[in-house]
Amino acid sequence: MGQQIVNGLFLGSIYALFALGYTLVFGVLDILNLAHQAVFMICAYAALVLVVHLHMPIFAALPVAVLAGGLLGMVVDRIAFRPLRGRSDSNIAGLISSIALATILEAAVLQFFGPDVERFPFGTVPTRSIQIGGAVVSELQIVIIAIAVAMLLGLTWLLRRTRLGRRIRAVAESPKAARVLGVDVDRIISASFFVSSALGAAAGVLFGLAFNNVAPDMGRSVELKGLAVIVLGGMGSMPGAALAGVALGLLEVFTVAWIGSSYRDAVAFGVLFLVLVLRPRGLLGPAALREA
Amino acid sequence: MSAPGVPLLEIRDLEVAYGHVHAVRRISLRVNAGQVVTLIGPNGAGKTSTLAAVAGLLRPQGGQVLLEGRDVTGLPAHRAVEQGIVLVPEGRSILARMSIEENLVLAAEARTPRPPTAEQRRRVEAQFARFPVLGERRKLPAGSLSGGEQQMLAFARALLMSPRILLLDEPSMGLAPLLVRRVFDLVEEIHREGATVLLVEQNARLALQVSDHAYVLERGHIVLQGPSSELAADPRVQAAYLGGSTET
Ligand SMILES: Nc1ncnc2c1ncn2[C@@H]1O[C@H](COP(=O)(O)OP(=O)(O)OP(=O)(O)O)[C@@H](O)[C@H]1O
Ligand SMILES: [Mg+2]
Repeated sequence: MGQQIVNGLFLGSIYALFALGYTLVFGVLDILNLAHQAVFMICAYAALVLVVHLHMPIFAALPVAVLAGGLLGMVVDRIAFRPLRGRSDSNIAGLISSIALATILEAAVLQFFGPDVERFPFGTVPTRSIQIGGAVVSELQIVIIAIAVAMLLGLTWLLRRTRLGRRIRAVAESPKAARVLGVDVDRIISASFFVSSALGAAAGVLFGLAFNNVAPDMGRSVELKGLAVIVLGGMGSMPGAALAGVALGLLEVFTVAWIGSSYRDAVAFGVLFLVLVLRPRGLLGPAALREA
Repeated sequence: MSAPGVPLLEIRDLEVAYGHVHAVRRISLRVNAGQVVTLIGPNGAGKTSTLAAVAGLLRPQGGQVLLEGRDVTGLPAHRAVEQGIVLVPEGRSILARMSIEENLVLAAEARTPRPPTAEQRRRVEAQFARFPVLGERRKLPAGSLSGGEQQMLAFARALLMSPRILLLDEPSMGLAPLLVRRVFDLVEEIHREGATVLLVEQNARLALQVSDHAYVLERGHIVLQGPSSELAADPRVQAAYLGGSTET
């Protein structure tokens, strides 16, 4: 039981990171960036290349990959979203162009690395474990949970306390009202993509490390979970997304332990369905990004 | 400040169109430093379109906007704000979900990327002193304020942005008579403090009372202009905008 909780928190913290990035862009633009999962996947590869070929220690490769993810996010905005901004159908058009971009990026990675699973070399991450109560907790799990919590706190601080955060929330509420306050809306959107994709990149690297598994299609299942987390958390709510991410991780782990691994996604999405029936606005209501 | 003879804001032959709809047809007007100039006219005359073009919310089809003689035509809105062109839009467009204080902080830091925080705080506190209703409820969402209070917040925000020219779009719209009076008093107050204002209004009587100079806009054309006191006495203005008008 304790073991399951630890494993669930561990998985859930990665989902939460991924979904926070997803939710940030959704809250600001009311748009789903379906290229988020491609950034997640590419940055796992980036960390892998840095560790395997440039012999970087992972604690140096992680921030580099996160930075690269942020920059890639700004490119995604430029290519897939900005040219469509202002069109009456920009939401659906952006959705489609981001799917297209994700497909292209995935194909490029497939071409370059091949379809096989790549692994981090032994010794990349600490392999020791410690005993807490009845649970065996690996140092890696502790580190991943700590990184996720630190990034969540950092994001909260950014949104609540900084000039950039205030401006992001202003654009999320009303681009026009932000504009008359002197906010360069395109720049703030670009910055939101940077932050969002940096979180997605961190999730990708940590996911790759956690399962020691980096593959071109690794973003696919996480993408669906991320969507579920946005809805479950309450469409644009940052605390909601964090909470829902952790809840989904726990749910999955307990399903595997008690029911069987083939029911993992069925139970997760069954609960999503149930929550939507009981609480149509998600766990923490809509638009709480604006209060974050 | 500005060279003598050069108006603070000058609009030359401004044209604004939405597709085939010509909202503003080659209008020209000037606002001298320290003046309150009003632009009055009926619904759909093109008043909001004029302000939007000056503030950079939309691109004019033709003509020029000059600030102290420098061409600022077609600057995007955030660049216009950098230049000191500050708009209080129709309907106020406050950020309803953010706190009253955050609305003011956003304005205080609008033109200064990294202001000394103490200085910024002092300026925000000064606005709370001017508008005690806002100070008492600073942590509440701005959307919880009444219409009149939201207009106060919009004014406070605009003043925190250190405007060189303040563009006000129907600040009295939708307010109860007592609050309408308060809004015009406020325009007079900031006039005395030296602000330069271009005031768009449908309440012609009060707008003419608080302004130095006036322009009348109809269907995209300026049809009359002159010192406000003269226009208030003009029989055409009285017939169209003052006679039997429904204002307070
Ligand atoms: N976004 C738009 N798209 C198309 N036409 C528009 C748009 N905005 C305004 N117009 C048209 O342009 C003309 C001028 O509108 P504008 O809002 O500038 O007038 P106004 O003088 O501010 O009117 P009001 O007193 O009602 O605010 C009107 O005919 C209006 O229908
Ligand atoms: Mg108008």
